[in-house]
Amino acid sequence: MKLMWFHLMPYTELPDDFRDNHPSVWVDIHSSLFDPQRAHHMYNDFMDELEFAADCGFDAICVNEHHSNGYGLMPSPNLIASSLARRTKDTKLCVMGNSIALYNPPTRVAEEFAMLDCISGGRLIAGFPVGSPMDTCFALGQNPSMLRQRYMEAHDLIIKAWTEKDTFAFNGRFNQQRYVNIWPRPVQRPHPPVWVPGGGSVETWQWCAEMEYVYCYLSYYGYKAGMQTMMGFWHEMKRIGKDMNPYRAGFLQFVGVAETEKEAYDLYREPAEYFYGRCLHVDPRFAMPPGYTTEATQRAGIESQVGRAAKEQRTNIAVSKSAREYDAILDNGYVITGTPDQVAERLRAIAKEMNVGHLMLLLQFGNMSKQLTQYNTKLFAEKVMPQLRDLFDDEWEDHWWPTPMADADRAKVSAPRMMAAE
Amino acid sequence: MDHSETTISAHGIESRVWRKGSGPKLAYLAGFAGLPKWIPMLDALAAHCEVNAISLPGFPGGGRGHLQLDSLFEFALATHDLVAAAGCRGATLMGASVGGALAMEVAAIWPDSVGKLVLQSPFGLYDDANPPTDPWAQRGDKVDALMCETEGAYNALIAAHGNADAVEWPIETVRAREASARYLWPNSATHVEKRLGRIVCPTLVLWGEKDKVQPPAYAGALRDGISGSVTVETIAGAGHMAELDRPDAVANAVARFLKG
Repeated sequence: MKLMWFHLMPYTELPDDFRDNHPSVWVDIHSSLFDPQRAHHMYNDFMDELEFAADCGFDAICVNEHHSNGYGLMPSPNLIASSLARRTKDTKLCVMGNSIALYNPPTRVAEEFAMLDCISGGRLIAGFPVGSPMDTCFALGQNPSMLRQRYMEAHDLIIKAWTEKDTFAFNGRFNQQRYVNIWPRPVQRPHPPVWVPGGGSVETWQWCAEMEYVYCYLSYYGYKAGMQTMMGFWHEMKRIGKDMNPYRAGFLQFVGVAETEKEAYDLYREPAEYFYGRCLHVDPRFAMPPGYTTEATQRAGIESQVGRAAKEQRTNIAVSKSAREYDAILDNGYVITGTPDQVAERLRAIAKEMNVGHLMLLLQFGNMSKQLTQYNTKLFAEKVMPQLRDLFDDEWEDHWWPTPMADADRAKVSAPRMMAAE
Repeated sequence: MDHSETTISAHGIESRVWRKGSGPKLAYLAGFAGLPKWIPMLDALAAHCEVNAISLPGFPGGGRGHLQLDSLFEFALATHDLVAAAGCRGATLMGASVGGALAMEVAAIWPDSVGKLVLQSPFGLYDDANPPTDPWAQRGDKVDALMCETEGAYNALIAAHGNADAVEWPIETVRAREASARYLWPNSATHVEKRLGRIVCPTLVLWGEKDKVQPPAYAGALRDGISGSVTVETIAGAGHMAELDRPDAVANAVARFLKG
C-alpha cells in the first residue's frame, strides 16, 4: 500500500481563549491573530517537515488548499509543491488539490500543474476538489448555486488543455477562451493521475468510477466515522461493476507514534486538543450556503436520518463529531496513538476493512512542534511503515500512481539543502 | 374567497400564479423564501386590486428553472417574460426583498412594460459605509429575528403545512434561498444604481422601519436615482419582511399609491 505524508500547515499559535473569544477559525478569523514573522518560521518548519518525510521514505508528500483559514496556511499549495519538487527526488507530490472552479480561467490550473509535473519529472498527483463552502463560497465569493456546474466545466477544460495537441477554442457556459494552448505540457501521459476528495455523495463516487479517478475521503474524524462512507463507496463500486482495487480510494488518518503507549498518550494530548478545540472551531453560519449541497445529497441525508439513527442505536456505532477532550478524541478514533506495533496493527486492520490502498497520514497536527513532528514521522517510517508496505501489493496494481521520468533522464538538481533525515 | 392557481409558461420556464381580487392588475414578486404558502398581506391587497403572485424560477411554485439562468440579466429576462405571460404587462409591478431586485431590473431594462412600480425593501444596492446583511451566512435559528420584528413570523412562513412532503419541503426551502443567491451572491449588489434613471414610471418605495437586512437609508438612493415620481413610505415597527410584520400597513400603502 501507499503511505502518504499530509500537511495542513496549521497556524500553531492561536491563543488559549480562541474558542471562547473568537467566532471562527475560518472565513472571518481576525488578522490580529496572524503574526507574519512567526509565520515565517512556521512555513519554513512545515516545509522542513515535508522534506523530512520525503527523506524518511514516505511514498508521497501531500499539500492542500485553504483560504482565510487558521488551520490551513496554503491558499496556494502549488507554491509549496514547487519548492518541494526541487528539494525532493523520488517522492511523489500530491497536491490535494486545486479547487478548480475558483480559477478564471481554469486553464491556470492546467498550466501550473503542468509546470509542477515538468519540474518534478512527472511526480505529480493532481487533486481536483470542489472545495469547502468556507473556502469557495464565503472566503472567495464563488456562487454556491453555480459551483458544481463550474467545477465540471473546469474539469473538462483542464483535461482537454492537457491532452489536446492543437490549439483549440473553448466555448463553455462559464469559460470562454478563443485560444487554449498551454505551455508547458505535463510529463505524464495522457496527464497526471487525478484524485478527487469528496464528502460522501453518491454522485461523486459514480463520477470517479466513470472517469477512473481516485476517490479520497479526507475527514478529520478518523476511521470510525469514515467507515460508513467508505463502505458506501465500495458498495456503489460493486453495484456499477467496478473491481474492488483498493487503490481506487484514499483515506486520511491522524496518527501519533511513540516508544511506549504512555509516552504516546502524553505526547499527543496537546496537539490533538489544540486541533479539535481551536482549529475546528468554525462558525456554523459558514457551513451551508444554499445550493452548495446538491438536492440529491440533501434528499439522501434527510431520508437516511431516521434510518441511520436507528441503525446506530442498534449497533452502537454512533461517532460524535464534536469531541474536544483528548480521551474522547482517542475513543472516537479521530487520532490513533500508540507504540509502533499498536499503530501498525490498527492501521493494517483499518486499511483492510476500509479497503483503502492510499493511506494519507497526518503526523503533524495542531500545534505540534517540528521536533515532535519529526520524531513521529521518523518512528512511523522506521517501525510502522515496514509492517504495512506489503498490504494489497500481491493482489492489486496501483493504476493511479504517478509515472515519472526514468532516473537517468532526470535533471541533476543543485538546489542546496540540508539532509533533514541525517 | 380563496385564491386561484394557474400555471404559466414562458420560453420553457413554468411558474405558478396565484390570483385573487379584481380591479387593476398587480404582479407580485415575493421576497426572501418566496411564497411557500399564501400570506395574509395578499388578502389585504386583493381588496384593492387583482393580485397576481408570480413564482420566480427556483422559488416555491417556480420549479428548477433557476438552474438554467446564469446571470442577473437572464433572471430579469425570465421575470419580464413571466410577468407578460401572466397577463400583467403594463400593470403595476410589486417586488419585495429579493423579488424587488428583479422588479427594479424589469422596470429599468423594459420601462414600457411597467405601469407603476412598488419596491418593498429591495435587494440590489450596496453602500460600503452601510452594507446590507449577508442573509445566506446565518445560523438557521437566527434568520427569524433577522427577517421580522414579529417573533416566529418568518419561521411560520417556511414551516411545513400538514400535507407537506417531509422530505421535499425542506429541500424546496433551501432551493428558494439558492435561487436568490444565484443572482445576488455574494454581496446582494446588482449595481442597479447605474440603471435607476431608466425607471420612468411612478414608483412607491416601502421600507420596514427596523429592517436589519437592507438598510432603510437605501430608500433615499432610490428616490434620488429613479427618473419617475417616487413616494417613500416607512412601515413603522416592521422589519425586512414588512409583509409579514404589518400586512395591512403594507397593503394600505400600496392601495393609496394605486389610487393616486
